[in-house]
Amino acid sequence: MSNLRAVYIIWYRDLLNFWRNKGRLFASFIMPFLFLVIFGTGLSSSMFLRGGGTQGEGLNYIQFLFPGIVAMIVLFTAIMWGVSVVWDREFGFLKEVLVAPISRTAVAIGKTLGGATIATIQGMVMLIFVPFVGVSLSLGQVLLLIALMFIFACSVTAMGIFIASRIRTMETFQVVMQLLLFPMFFLSPALFPVQNLPSWLGALVRINPVSYGVDSFRQSILEPTVAMSDFGMSLFGHTMSIPEDILLVALFGIVMVFLAVRSFSTQE
Amino acid sequence: MKKIIEVEHLVKRFHQIVAVNDISFEVEEGEIFGFLGPNGAGKTTTINILCTLMKPTSGRARLAGFDVVRQQNQVRRSIGLVFQDPSLDIRLSALQNLNFHAFVYNIPGKVRKKRIEDVLRMVELWDRRKDVVRNYSGGMRRRLEIARGLLHYPKVLFLDEPTLGLDPQTRHHIWDYILDLRQRESITVFLTTHYMDEAAVADRIAIIDYGKIIALDTPDALKKRVGGDIVTLKTENDEAAIAEIRHHYSIDAQRDSEGVFFEVQNAEEFIPLLVNKFNTEIHSISLRRPTLDDVFLKLTGHQIREEAGGDVAMRRQWAMRQARGQPGRFR
Repeated sequence: MSNLRAVYIIWYRDLLNFWRNKGRLFASFIMPFLFLVIFGTGLSSSMFLRGGGTQGEGLNYIQFLFPGIVAMIVLFTAIMWGVSVVWDREFGFLKEVLVAPISRTAVAIGKTLGGATIATIQGMVMLIFVPFVGVSLSLGQVLLLIALMFIFACSVTAMGIFIASRIRTMETFQVVMQLLLFPMFFLSPALFPVQNLPSWLGALVRINPVSYGVDSFRQSILEPTVAMSDFGMSLFGHTMSIPEDILLVALFGIVMVFLAVRSFSTQE
Repeated sequence: MKKIIEVEHLVKRFHQIVAVNDISFEVEEGEIFGFLGPNGAGKTTTINILCTLMKPTSGRARLAGFDVVRQQNQVRRSIGLVFQDPSLDIRLSALQNLNFHAFVYNIPGKVRKKRIEDVLRMVELWDRRKDVVRNYSGGMRRRLEIARGLLHYPKVLFLDEPTLGLDPQTRHHIWDYILDLRQRESITVFLTTHYMDEAAVADRIAIIDYGKIIALDTPDALKKRVGGDIVTLKTENDEAAIAEIRHHYSIDAQRDSEGVFFEVQNAEEFIPLLVNKFNTEIHSISLRRPTLDDVFLKLTGHQIREEAGGDVAMRRQWAMRQARGQPGRFR
């Protein structure tokens, strides 16, 4: 019971701090917006992704790209939330948390839920671009997407927090995250379809957990528009469904939460 | 009296550096217990072990009857902490900081508001409760941390250098709170400091240097160890003065930047005798009662204000800060 209250207040504090820093909310949209509008529009003008077999069915590049950009903002926000742990350490607040009579599991879970909530909110705001990229979403699709975003965000936040718990300074965290973030983003189906990749690149994409998150987003957003078998992820020749995708993401997340809890428990 | 803290043969090593070297002591319920020593002596390391933030290399410590390694949560519930380094969320208001604390310490909703108001009024921050802590002065932040440390009614309040970096007026103010608090709440206060005058308010003081307790007693008893009054002479020729004092009075005088100094009983009567037949020219004479500074000097052979004096201590301190995961000043 006391641990539940602790999870709640740790989550709540993260949201408070996020809300106090509204400027960051807008700043964090600049990158995805540029990607979507400039990169997307630019490539759309000369690229069309043809669906397999049947004629006329296919995707504008910007339609293809949109779920990838939603994943991008969720990924970036979630992983960067680890910075709050480093920040708390540098400004001393982490001590207040670590010396409190609550389990380290509660601390790791509270932080994970906080970062995941914020990343999900950021992802939801991206949905205002839906009408401009030429896709339509039903209410059911939106709810499914929010659930997928939240699970994906939890996994990635847990990873960010685990890494942050081993890092002492902001500078190191920035460098480590840049080193991780861009490979994780580029080695996913966010920017390009993965069907015809050379095998070395295909293999890297398939061991990247972010790929399955992106794939689940894309399926939930585009499924009615186009048959996903042409653009989806496949593993050992099997085309991944949404539940399969998100299950892999969740498994990755559980491992990361476990590592984060263990890391917090050995903090001195 | 009940023992609230019991420490037996506590040792903490960071790689090759022994930060805490086999210390044992007990603190009684309701007393103000001072830990006095230079930076890097092992004060904060000891506190970190007592408040479960670090595990000892060997030895045992019990707080309110709970083992600090095996019964961490019970220990944590029994203590309030004011850390040496700030530990507030400066982006939140005082109320929000205290609210967070109330939740993680599981203070029931019914009494939460009342208690928060009580502690904020006590440290005179009630009027500023909605201000973001970023806009607080150093003294206000410290007061808020003390308020927070008391919010869950701890049995022991740890104050690690509570007035470090504050101006004298604010220091004074904060001490008024702490003393007043002890009167009202019958709480045990464990404080560390390297200010001698602060340690003097304690009921008992442990003097710690290079990880070892070298004396543990009441401030008065410690002062008595120095013996008499301290006379300091500024002379034309210090060497000659020392020789002369030794020759006539069999007193071993010492030198420091202030001049020649020595201890003597009844200095008021001694000084006229000395001056009457002293051959070396004297520029000035000063006399003072022994302070804890003198106790420290006498016991350790070095002064507490030398910032732990020299290279070895600097490296010690640096290694300990590194091990605690704080950005060091020497990096």
